[in-house]
This record gives sequence, structure tokens and C-alpha cells, in this order.
Amino acid sequence: MPIDVDSVREDFPILSIKNDGKPLVYLDSAATSQKPKKVINAVTRLYRKYNANIHRGVYRISELATGEYENSKKSVAKFVNAAGMEEIVYTRNATEAINIAALSWGEQNIARGDRILITEMEHHSNIIPWQMLAARKGAYLDYVKIDRDSYTLDYASLEEGLAKSPKLVSVTHASNVLGTINDVKSIARKAHEAGAKMLLDAAQSVPHMPVDFRDIDTDFAAFSGHKMLAPSGIGVLYAKRGLLDQMQPVLGGGDMIKTVDYQEFSSNDLPWKFEAGTPNIEGAIGLGAAVKYLKKLGMENVREHEKALTRYALDKLSGIKNVSVFGPEDVEMRAGVVPFEIDGVHAHDIATIFDSEGVAIRAGHHCAMPLVTQVLKRTSLSRMSFYVYNKEEEVDKAVGAVTKVKNKFMIE
Amino acid sequence: MDIYAEEIISHYEHPHNRGKLATANAEFHDYNPVCGDDITMFLDVKDGIIKDAKFDGAGCAISIGAASMLTDLIKGKSVKDVEKMGVHTVVDMLGIDPGPARLKCATLSLKAAQKALVSYSRTVT
Ligand SMILES: Cc1ncc(COP(=O)(O)O)c(C=O)c1O
Repeated sequence: MPIDVDSVREDFPILSIKNDGKPLVYLDSAATSQKPKKVINAVTRLYRKYNANIHRGVYRISELATGEYENSKKSVAKFVNAAGMEEIVYTRNATEAINIAALSWGEQNIARGDRILITEMEHHSNIIPWQMLAARKGAYLDYVKIDRDSYTLDYASLEEGLAKSPKLVSVTHASNVLGTINDVKSIARKAHEAGAKMLLDAAQSVPHMPVDFRDIDTDFAAFSGHKMLAPSGIGVLYAKRGLLDQMQPVLGGGDMIKTVDYQEFSSNDLPWKFEAGTPNIEGAIGLGAAVKYLKKLGMENVREHEKALTRYALDKLSGIKNVSVFGPEDVEMRAGVVPFEIDGVHAHDIATIFDSEGVAIRAGHHCAMPLVTQVLKRTSLSRMSFYVYNKEEEVDKAVGAVTKVKNKFMIE
Repeated sequence: MDIYAEEIISHYEHPHNRGKLATANAEFHDYNPVCGDDITMFLDVKDGIIKDAKFDGAGCAISIGAASMLTDLIKGKSVKDVEKMGVHTVVDMLGIDPGPARLKCATLSLKAAQKALVSYSRTVT
């Protein structure tokens, strides 16, 4: 069933605000998503009705809060088809999830001379933790190249990387700059054949399309709640149970222990072993509500909606003189992300003029400097990105803003 | 408000004083990681006066426009005057308030000029 965008928009209070009389056209959901009433209400309901710490109180509202926190984990586990909530560790965001994998599994399993394979299209959050680990251990960080014409991974370069027997392959499911969707199921299979573990950066896929971690057969995965209608400050590290069992906790403190004496502790059961201290309870409950909302829309429908908008935007933009668009032409291989440039105009000037039209887009290196500066050879790019609440009229407004930019800068 | 006044766009498209300055005895390279604006200021300072000023680099219309206007503005001014310049100077010079999101772009060249003067005065004293 296609998404009824007008009724979806009713669910997002922020979409009715105006700036200088102009309605908000929010085209920056790849940076963070807006929040539906269901999520906002789930968070305020906690504060109003049953706020308490979890896993400690024996009184009624603490039991309620604990129950809702765990329900959130159970629904997230189902949403990505994990084997159970034991495999879902709550973190602050995708970045923290990848760092925990590097600090725990990486610290235990990467040694001097080992290799880690990532790609040229990674977000900094899937680059820096591995640079830091490689520097600590004396390991090597290798990159799978991007094919400069198709903006997809160069699978021959992947084979070359795998031939060096990396211990870990860490790759993004969908690029936040180009939108490219990688064939991560086949990458996981090849990684395993080469004896490597696989980490999936799912920050741009889980919010936007059906994702099944067990079908992909990834060993680890990371994503953020704030990009999928939930509050910020809640994210997920997924890992196969067998790995989590072997991994040492990174942070110590309350909640992650079973018993403590003067000199030693024993770790708590999964997934609590990795969650030291009072967690982001409201964030988790908000994430539970967000997953419920997305499930009701249906992730296939979410994906179809964004595909149609992306096709529409690509067609509109590609007809405009002195405007170039980057990323795969085929929307089957592309998430709802459209980076573009206008000849002779800096991305930040474009974004500022868009803003004066009420259109919010992103400009900059998009936290992917190797991709933007080395592969695309740009200092910055403008980017529109879409979600469930965007509609064609908003793309039209963005196209109108392009004309405005060109007029200002006297470009044909 | 429209921060893209025609004068700024015209300075962006035809910047004044762009390029390296052979006679420079003070220079500073600065970078704005938010926008990727990249500007080097070259100053020729003599007897406490800015004899000549040029800039080189790449960036958005606000940063390049401001650098172009600033190099015009500070030529002939004393080092002390330039040291005293601040956000208000840039706002007056541009004729617009760039707003919080773009202030860094607008002030990048002034900051670079002032940092160039700091390192210059260290070498002369
Ligand atoms: C592909 C990708 N990975 C990771 C992240 C990091 O997400 P967060 O900042 O929520 O940790 C982002 C956010 O932009 C992203 O787009």
C-alpha cells in the first residue's frame, strides 16, 4: 500500500511551522529525521506517568519503565531480525556502536600487521575508529575503491582487498553522500570466505528500507535512532550472540555487572554487559515507538515512497543547465539521497539561499571527507535527502530555489 | 534578510587583490572546516602601516567577498587599527549581517589578517 503522504504529514507537528511566513521544507533527513506525535507522546508519557530508573526499583513505576525499555529492545530486535534482544546493545548512536566494536572486539582480535578493510564511501564514524585501532595495534587500514563512473563499489578492488586476508570488513549499507546501496549480502559472504568478520554501517539503511541482519549474515551492525524518527542519544550495536559472549565490556559501572567484590567483578548477561550506568530510557522508549510507527507504514512502502521521490528529483534536476547531480542513476541501487552542485556557486551559498526559501538542505563534506575531497574532488557538496513525510511539491520548491540561486549568481 | 547583496556577489565573481603578494612580510593560512573555506592572507607591513594586502584561496561567496573587501579596506590602515577590528567592522563593510550560521565565513579573512599580524609582531620585537 503506497504511503499516504498527506496523512503522514499530519503526524509530524514540526511540518506546520513557518519561517518568515514560509512553510518548512525539510530535505535533510539523512542528517536527522523529524519526529511523529507517537514518538513525542511516548517520551512525554514516560515523564508524566511512570518515570523511574530501570532494573533497580521494586516498585510499580520502575517495573513499568523496565518493561517498556525491554519491550523497545524486543521490537528493535524483530525489526532488524536479530536472534533476540540479547543481540541488541543500546548506545548513544551509530558512531558509539562502531567505537564499541573497535574498542572491544577490535582490541581483542586485531594484532600488529593485521588488516582492516573499509571503503572509500564511509562516513567518518566508520573510518576514524579503525584508524585509531590500527594506530594502537600497528595494523593496516585498506580501502575498497569506488568506481568513478557508476558511483558504486569497485568489486574488483573488493576482491583485491579480500585477497590480503583482512580480519574485518566494515562497510556502509547505503552511502549518506551518494545514496549508493551496496550489495552487502554478497560482501558479507565474500568477507566470511576470506576469513573476515563483517560490520555493517546501517545508519542510512535501517531507517529507509527493509533490513534483515541475519539474512545479510553480518557479524556486527550499527545504526542511530535519531535518523529513524526516534530521539537523539539512542543507537544500536548489533552483534551475533557468540561474538558478544566473547567480547569484553568497554565501560564499567552499574547495570553491567552481576556481582562485585573488592577486587573483581563478573559481567552481567547480554545485552546489559555493554550498557554501563543508567541508560537513555526515554530514548529507548522513543525508539520503540518509532519502530512501531515505521512497521505500521511498512518498510517496503517507505522504500517505494523514497524511490519515487528520488526518481522525481533526479529527473527534475538533471534537466537544469549548469546543475550536476552525483550518485547512481538507477534508483533501485540508490537511497533517497541526492547530492548536487551548481557550477560556480559554493555549496554553502546554495544552502543559505535555499534556507531563505524555507528549504532545509545540507552542505559540506557530509562527514565523508575521503569520498568528497579525494574521490569527488570537491571541498563541499549540497545534498537533499528524503523521508516518509516528503512530497513532490517539496522537490518542486527545491527546484525553484535552484533557479533563485542561479539568478542571484547570474548563471545561465 | 538577503545576505547576497549584489556588491558581495560582484566581489565574489571578480575579487580584488587576489593572489600571492611577493613583498609580503606577514602571512597566515586559515581554514574553516564547516564550509571548507580556505584563505591565506598576505600583508606587506612597514612602520606600523599595512602597505599592501592580498589574499589567496577558495571558498563561498561570503568568505571570498569579505576577503576581497577586507583587503581593500585595510590597505593604508595602521596595524593597531586592524587589530581593533571585529565583527562589527565586517558587518559594516559587507553592509549585511551574515547571521550566526555564516559568521565564520564572513570573519575568516579578518581573523587570518590579525593572526598574520600577531606572528609578524613576534618577529619584529
Ligand atoms: C552512513 C552513516 N554512518 C554513520 C553515521 C553516524 O551517525 P551518528 O552521528 O548518529 O552516530 C551517519 C550519520 O550521518 C551516516 O550517514
